[in-house]
Amino acid sequence: MNSSYAVPAVALVVLATVLVGAFGLRISRTTSDFYVASRTVGPRLNAAAISGEYLSAASFLGIAGLVLVQGPDMLWYPVGYTAGYLVLLLFVAAPLRRSGAYTLPDFAEARLSSQAVRRLAGAFVVGTGWLYLLPQLQGAGLTLTVLTNAPDWLGGVIVAVVVVAIVAAGGMRSITFVQAFQYWLKLTALLVPALFLILAWQGDGAPRHAFDEPATFREQSAVRVDDTLDLKLDRALTVTVTGTVDGRAHEDDKISLPAGTHHIESGTRLTFDQGAPVPEPDRGSGGSLSPSQAENRGERPLYATYGLILATFLGTMGLPHVVVRFYTSPHGVAARRTTVAVLGLIGAFYLLPPVYGALGRLYAPELTLAGDADAAVLLLPERMIGGLGGDLLGALVAGGAFAAFLSTASGLTMAVAGVLTQDVLPSRGVRHFRLGTVLAMAVPLAASALVGGLPVADAVGLAFAVSASSFCPLLVLGIWWRRLTPPGAAAGMLVGGGSALLAVAATMAGFPGSGALHALLAWPALWSVPLGFLTMILVSLATPGRVPAGTAAILARFHLPEELRAEVKA
Amino acid sequence: MPQNPADRRVVVTGPPRQARRVSGYYRPRTEIDEQTTLGHTYVRSLMRTQLRTALAVFAVLGLLVGPLPLLFAAMPDAQHLVWAILGFGLYAPLVLLARWFVRRAERNERDFVRLVEDR
Repeated sequence: MNSSYAVPAVALVVLATVLVGAFGLRISRTTSDFYVASRTVGPRLNAAAISGEYLSAASFLGIAGLVLVQGPDMLWYPVGYTAGYLVLLLFVAAPLRRSGAYTLPDFAEARLSSQAVRRLAGAFVVGTGWLYLLPQLQGAGLTLTVLTNAPDWLGGVIVAVVVVAIVAAGGMRSITFVQAFQYWLKLTALLVPALFLILAWQGDGAPRHAFDEPATFREQSAVRVDDTLDLKLDRALTVTVTGTVDGRAHEDDKISLPAGTHHIESGTRLTFDQGAPVPEPDRGSGGSLSPSQAENRGERPLYATYGLILATFLGTMGLPHVVVRFYTSPHGVAARRTTVAVLGLIGAFYLLPPVYGALGRLYAPELTLAGDADAAVLLLPERMIGGLGGDLLGALVAGGAFAAFLSTASGLTMAVAGVLTQDVLPSRGVRHFRLGTVLAMAVPLAASALVGGLPVADAVGLAFAVSASSFCPLLVLGIWWRRLTPPGAAAGMLVGGGSALLAVAATMAGFPGSGALHALLAWPALWSVPLGFLTMILVSLATPGRVPAGTAAILARFHLPEELRAEVKA
Repeated sequence: MPQNPADRRVVVTGPPRQARRVSGYYRPRTEIDEQTTLGHTYVRSLMRTQLRTALAVFAVLGLLVGPLPLLFAAMPDAQHLVWAILGFGLYAPLVLLARWFVRRAERNERDFVRLVEDR
């Protein structure tokens, strides 16, 4: 891809982010400014900021890539990300704001008056935050590699440095402006190229087979297989091969592969005829890290779909960077209205990735084999429009992608750094917050160098599963159930969140390879969420003596409208 | 503007109203402030109303989304339908549900305030 426009575009986004952040810095003065922007952010600005923060690399690049590889079933991801906000609105938004706490551990402590539960919640916040930061950094690396052939780690390092600088310098106030700015930037960066791409598609005679299964090559195309993979064919397929297939070397040979699984060595070049169906890479045997890619389109069990739905619907409310934003609303009613605005904004945004996914199946189907489907959004403008226009639109998309990494990463860093500062580092205060910021970013950066290769949207899915089984029970029961006790909350978080984490880790380590047990472990939400709720309820009922003394007053504070409460205090 | 004596009288009716507020010891508002058992009952009733509203919307969401994977599995040939529903069809209903919930929740709170303020 031509990098002469893309690199300036990325640089411009980074620069604009720093400038908007600096603008916020001028008015960020007190500790309260730092953590919660002094709670004066109105619904419209706050909604744009929440959406900007929420629409991560997984949304910007990952969904289109997943749809390209695995078909429309993957559109459950954006639906779940959006519906998660509806569930958040129903059960959590207003009471959470009225609780008056800064972070999730603050909420746990205020509700249960227990330091132990507070520390446990803090540990889960840091864990989920790091799990979620990882794919952001990797996505940034991928984007920069596609654009400029820069080494893999460079993009992640750039994002890490910029984010740490902004967060450490300006805290929440400056982040709010940055996030709001980046929502509109991301929307523009997907919308404008999408319009041109649709025009180009119309000019091409509006071919409709994008929705057919399987995708087909619309012209003769050559694919270079970067990673060794197993190719599964339902029917015999004729390809021209340069390289090694099934252990036999070929040099520009036209061979016919019978139906079945074929082993393609890395570096092999395959040329497909026009109209040939795009074969499916069989990732399950390739030692893949990803739960969703381990199942092919055909054998993707219904169970996995429901697991995904449950994890995203219930997991959103526990994501550390999402929750912390609700404290910046001036009151509970504003928190509710903000959430509705967020639903509208992210819903509008999510209309776009399917367009890229569908066009990708038409114009860049070979990306599924080359192993970087996440790059589809970046490559489509050049592929379909070409010339100067294509380069400029490609640059716009690249800038938007970087905005996605920057915004989500800064929100997560903010949340993780907040917990580290308050609960791990010795004393509170702005200087320690800055130290916490560096720490919050250093760990996932190191991990991304070590792990590598986790598909962006999948890694995000794992964070959702853990969040849904630990924080969702804590928040929902904490807000609506007066008999919750500290031991119950701790046990529920440990059993629910811990088992989800273990299941995910087992899947990533490749155990077990297939079958029903694999599906259960790869999509833990369906059993780990009920398990978390059940443990929390049963242990709470078993320890009735431990219900905190002030429970009734605290629940009254969560639920009473502010106009009544203001006079209670006075 | 000439100072009308009748106007002044309206202004100084403020203090008596406050006095009445203090004397009205058994009003629900005071019960909540003082955290009596009766006060907790009021808060509990508000929580129940809000929870019922939330669960109703949640049920609608479940009925809307829950059957879809089964539907898609039952019709493997209808790929166009999957694209249309998941790609573009669900977001508007979600926003409408959210708006309906917010309107209901705010009305519940207004009714509650009216009840405890005895207006």
